[in-house]
Amino acid sequence: MMSLSWTGVFGQLFAIVLALALAPLLTGWVNQCRAWLQNRKAPPLLQPYRMLHKLFHKDVVLAHGASALFRFAPFIIFGCMVLACAIIPSLSTDLPFAPAADALALVGVFGLARIFIALAGMDVGTSFGTLGGRREMLIGFLAEPALLMVIFTMAMIAQSTSVTTIVETLAHRELVIYPSIAFAGLAFTMVSFAENARVPVDNPATHLELTMIHEAMILEYSGRHLALLEWAASLKLYAYSCLGLALFFPWGIAERDNLLAMIAALPVLILKLTIGGAVVALIETINAKMRIFRAPEFLGTAFLLAVLGLLVRLLLESRV
Amino acid sequence: MTAAVPLYAQLINLLAAVILLLGFAMLAQRRVIQLIDLFALQGFALFLSSLVMAFKTGQHHLFYSAGLTLGLKVILLPWILHRLVRKLHIKGEVEGLINIPTTMLIGLGLVVIAFNVASPISQLSATIARGTLGIALATVMLAFLMMITRRKAITQVVGFLAMENGLFLAATSATYGMPMVVELGIALDVLVGMIILGVFFFQIRDQFDSLDIHHMEQLKER
Repeated sequence: MMSLSWTGVFGQLFAIVLALALAPLLTGWVNQCRAWLQNRKAPPLLQPYRMLHKLFHKDVVLAHGASALFRFAPFIIFGCMVLACAIIPSLSTDLPFAPAADALALVGVFGLARIFIALAGMDVGTSFGTLGGRREMLIGFLAEPALLMVIFTMAMIAQSTSVTTIVETLAHRELVIYPSIAFAGLAFTMVSFAENARVPVDNPATHLELTMIHEAMILEYSGRHLALLEWAASLKLYAYSCLGLALFFPWGIAERDNLLAMIAALPVLILKLTIGGAVVALIETINAKMRIFRAPEFLGTAFLLAVLGLLVRLLLESRV
Repeated sequence: MTAAVPLYAQLINLLAAVILLLGFAMLAQRRVIQLIDLFALQGFALFLSSLVMAFKTGQHHLFYSAGLTLGLKVILLPWILHRLVRKLHIKGEVEGLINIPTTMLIGLGLVVIAFNVASPISQLSATIARGTLGIALATVMLAFLMMITRRKAITQVVGFLAMENGLFLAATSATYGMPMVVELGIALDVLVGMIILGVFFFQIRDQFDSLDIHHMEQLKER
């Protein structure tokens, strides 16, 4: 195990603060790109911050039947997302938090947040909340195996399940073409669209009974609770983007004990996120929202691609 | 751990993986036109992989067979198929006997079997791309699956052609391709088969007003 270094601690804190600050911006950027692509007038880039600011200053209205779980869930979900952002290397692989949780535990952290948001949706007892919770669990139980398979593929390449080790293996060793990464990348993209309530699976911009998943669960929330949940949703998108960038485009992420490279990694990260956000908006625009019963097929394909990646890794690259 | 495999072999592996991916995409595809386009793409990946192999090994006949692949499977056959689709007014969805997710899962099982069967055989081979033998076998089996699970004649023909793609890949990966005479013969067979099947399509459609081959089960001698 590595020793605790000052650059590491600094890098870790900086990564968390950066995640908290940048996540709403990323959401705003994706919304803006989406509006442009749909020939609509785009909302300002800072709209998510304004919304958070507004929500934090509003009073909380609680339903009569709401239990303590309903009140604590936003904090737990927010905490899970911050932890996820803390252990995914975005700027540097020198993260003191990273040994605490490997990629498998990361999936568990996302799973914990999912369980709490679904429970909170069911807690108040409205039919919408229950519906959203059920749909969320359906999506989750299909998406998680695919995500795990993607992580297994990457872990076999790096021979470690630690995200930082995977990134170090891919970014700072000789360039090798791994066909399995192409499969895993496709599968990861599909899973992250499903997990972040993006268009082919869910549309967070509408409140339509037939389509909503994420929105249905948080309908009963207001005030600072809702602000935390919205912020957590942004953080989740940021975390998935960073995880995708770290696994599939790891160039630019600094190595251990390299402060200069870490400073250089910031503009690279922002550039990659800008491009990634635009690509997300593009994919969202050219796809139609699927029926909810098509989602298992979509995620089944993601799982299939991930397993194929694993098989190709075993067959083609076992001698690599 | 790394760097043992040279770049061209990595390229061939990548292209083989793309061929397998396209095989699955064809299995999942619901529309006829896109199916033909995917078939053409698969042919193109095959062309690229045999081109890379030809450059690396300097085997002349591999250049010829790469050219043959490009001319026949990327340009001519898809063009004929597109024409047939237009003339026969086939539109809408490809009907399968089993639903698509199940087909994909069966396909996944086939890939596992193919990889396992191929791994001892590929140990015997001494070529640079012996790893891709498993993928070639998997492509053949996926094409088989497509022929079995589809109802319409035209998708079955696409499956047949995709199977030929897999066989070609197997031949190049195991032994640097078949002798030229054999390859020309197969190419001609495929072409003639395609043309005859094209004529058959019209006959089947005239007889039954559809290309669904299960009507043919009720044929009787008069």
